[in-house]
Amino acid sequence: MRLLKSFATRAILLGSILLVTGLAAAATADHSKFEVLQGPFETGEDVTRACLSCHTEAAKQVMGTRHWTWEYEDPQTGEKLGKKTMLNGFCIGDRSNEAFCNSCHIGYGWEDDSFDFTNEAKVDCLACHNTGDYVKARGLAGHPAYERTEYPPGSGRFYNPVDLVSVALNVGPTSRETCGACHYYGGGGDGVKHGDLDSSLNNPHRDLDVHMATDGLNFACSDCHQTDKHVVPGSRIQMTAADPHGPLVRGQQSDRNPATCQACHGDKPHQESFLHAERLNQHTNTLACQSCHIPSFARGGVPTKMGWDWSEAGRLDDNGKPMIVKDEKGHITYDSRKGSFVNGEHVVPVYQWFDGSVDYIQPDTIIDPAAGPVAINRFRGQAGDPKARIWPVKLFQGKQPYDTVHKTLLVPQVALPNDTAFWFNFDWPKALQAGAEGTGQAFSGEFDFVSTTMIWPITHMVAPKEQAVGCNECHRRDGRLVGVEGIYVPGQDANPWVRMLGLLALFGALAGVLIHSAIRVVVHYRGKAK
Amino acid sequence: MSGHTVEKIYVFKRYERFWHWSQAAMIIFMMITGFEVAGFYENFGFQRAVELHTLTAWALITLWAFTIFWQFTTGEWRQYIPTLKRIDAIARYYAWDIFKGLPHPYKKTVLQKHNPLQRLAYLALLAMVSPIIWVSGLFYLFYAYWPEWGIDQWLRLEWVATAHLVGAFMMAVFFVVHVYLTTTGHSVFAHIKSMITGWEELHDDHAKPVSRSKS
Repeated sequence: MRLLKSFATRAILLGSILLVTGLAAAATADHSKFEVLQGPFETGEDVTRACLSCHTEAAKQVMGTRHWTWEYEDPQTGEKLGKKTMLNGFCIGDRSNEAFCNSCHIGYGWEDDSFDFTNEAKVDCLACHNTGDYVKARGLAGHPAYERTEYPPGSGRFYNPVDLVSVALNVGPTSRETCGACHYYGGGGDGVKHGDLDSSLNNPHRDLDVHMATDGLNFACSDCHQTDKHVVPGSRIQMTAADPHGPLVRGQQSDRNPATCQACHGDKPHQESFLHAERLNQHTNTLACQSCHIPSFARGGVPTKMGWDWSEAGRLDDNGKPMIVKDEKGHITYDSRKGSFVNGEHVVPVYQWFDGSVDYIQPDTIIDPAAGPVAINRFRGQAGDPKARIWPVKLFQGKQPYDTVHKTLLVPQVALPNDTAFWFNFDWPKALQAGAEGTGQAFSGEFDFVSTTMIWPITHMVAPKEQAVGCNECHRRDGRLVGVEGIYVPGQDANPWVRMLGLLALFGALAGVLIHSAIRVVVHYRGKAK
Repeated sequence: MSGHTVEKIYVFKRYERFWHWSQAAMIIFMMITGFEVAGFYENFGFQRAVELHTLTAWALITLWAFTIFWQFTTGEWRQYIPTLKRIDAIARYYAWDIFKGLPHPYKKTVLQKHNPLQRLAYLALLAMVSPIIWVSGLFYLFYAYWPEWGIDQWLRLEWVATAHLVGAFMMAVFFVVHVYLTTTGHSVFAHIKSMITGWEELHDDHAKPVSRSKS
């Protein structure tokens, strides 16, 4: 039965892979033949209007998604969250930096609160559907460069213009490159934020990602994040931490998240010898698939930032110029604009219970700097909760500015070429004042730096099964799960009293027989001597 | 301590010896793998250790199935009926008389090859250590099926693993003492030899009638 089931699972898997990879080739429209796409286009909005002349509902669909709103409501607390207002430990916050950060918004022109979220022409179709040569340049609020543009002004560095007609004629499905253009580079650089998402996934070997391997299954992001009406499932902000169901069958009506491992593999995917007595499948009642199948993250040669200390920022070289220090591998460890970094590669995750929902600190949350590192986010969930599993996470450690009077974390303005942003002036009070004006927060003028933590779920870079985390990685006294509550891990958790008393009894018995035999020997030879 | 060999008796039959030695090997192996599973050291690696431990458990269960059958068809099970008769003399022997070179107060016969102290030890093994190990071990082995059978509602893995470890230590202590006591025969290897060949040499040590009263 199990064999049959697993055979069916594989057939479905293979079927859906063929179906998905067949789609691109089987498209019935060649966009290069569309008259409306021949241009000329002056701006991105012109292209969008051309797209919408056929894809009439596309912009409305996009506008309903977080890709557009950068906003969502925490269903448990009712708090308004989302990129728009949220804080992090990396570049800290979007507000007051919109023109820079929002080059990753799928819209054109969001540079301040006046952005019109209802204007369909502002939706950037090309951000996700280009097939190359399209760059939303940093600092241009989501626009590509339409002409040769010096940025920052006076820097002598230029953005080359994008050929909108060519890009429009060559549109296609989303790709690793289009998703990755933003999702690989969160936090201001390749691999900085996630740890399991970086540009190495554009052309990964099987060892790095068994699904995306270009020499293997060659999945695109959308093969798992199966998108319907522009709604991309599978977000770190609201995850499906446990999915205790079989695989989704083609045609099956379901509200389930199609991006989970179980959506394809089912929740009992291991074929086990009778010596294992279904033990691996039983592990799925406690562990996320990712806990064993992603042995470490940042495995593709791109380091991820494990630590970022803003308090070190602003040190200039002997000539009064900002500097960049790199380690022997060429990875940046210090940048005057940003501070010092701890880079990590092949990082073994931290493990913790996670029910899929995340608790975020708010810009107005009162913190207690004396009580240890401030947790910018927390994963909810605990042992025994049917929705929770033990997940691998990246534990990031930051140090960032806070208001010592109001006891709130502060958002600095960093990235805009003006006379307040930190990267251009190295003046914290100005940068924090400008940031506070952006967020609408009170700023007393008094600030210091506080240690913070942030956690990121690890779910990409799934290794081939033969490289899964070995049993003894956890089932040992100093195993990976030390400190995770609510579980008994054989090999790690033997009762200390039984250990001690048992060893005492065993060595007591050994000592007893040794003494006994010693007396026998002595008495024996004495008897002979007589 | 070696008197004249007056008599040779065939105490341990061929199946019994096969049972004893294969069981001994398996129990030793299960202790080696089991204490690794419990996290005392690393040798095979956890996964291998569990697999080998499980495989050996099934082999031992099979051996026991045959052995129980053998015990009852041959009537040998009676050898394990406990008695307290003259247990004091035997205890005194191991605690004192043995050092003085006095003979063992119990005389082994084909019908009664275990002395009362042995019988008590085996009773403890059969009635306490074995059930602790086997019951906890089988629950441990089939942990994956607990939710299906509703067992997870009232039983915790931690209790099962702890009980199993307690049993394992009892077995280990038994093992140490048992092996040591094999050296207390007429010569250091006399008992082991008879467990291998099946033949026990009865010696005429001091010919005290007291010690022969049972034959």
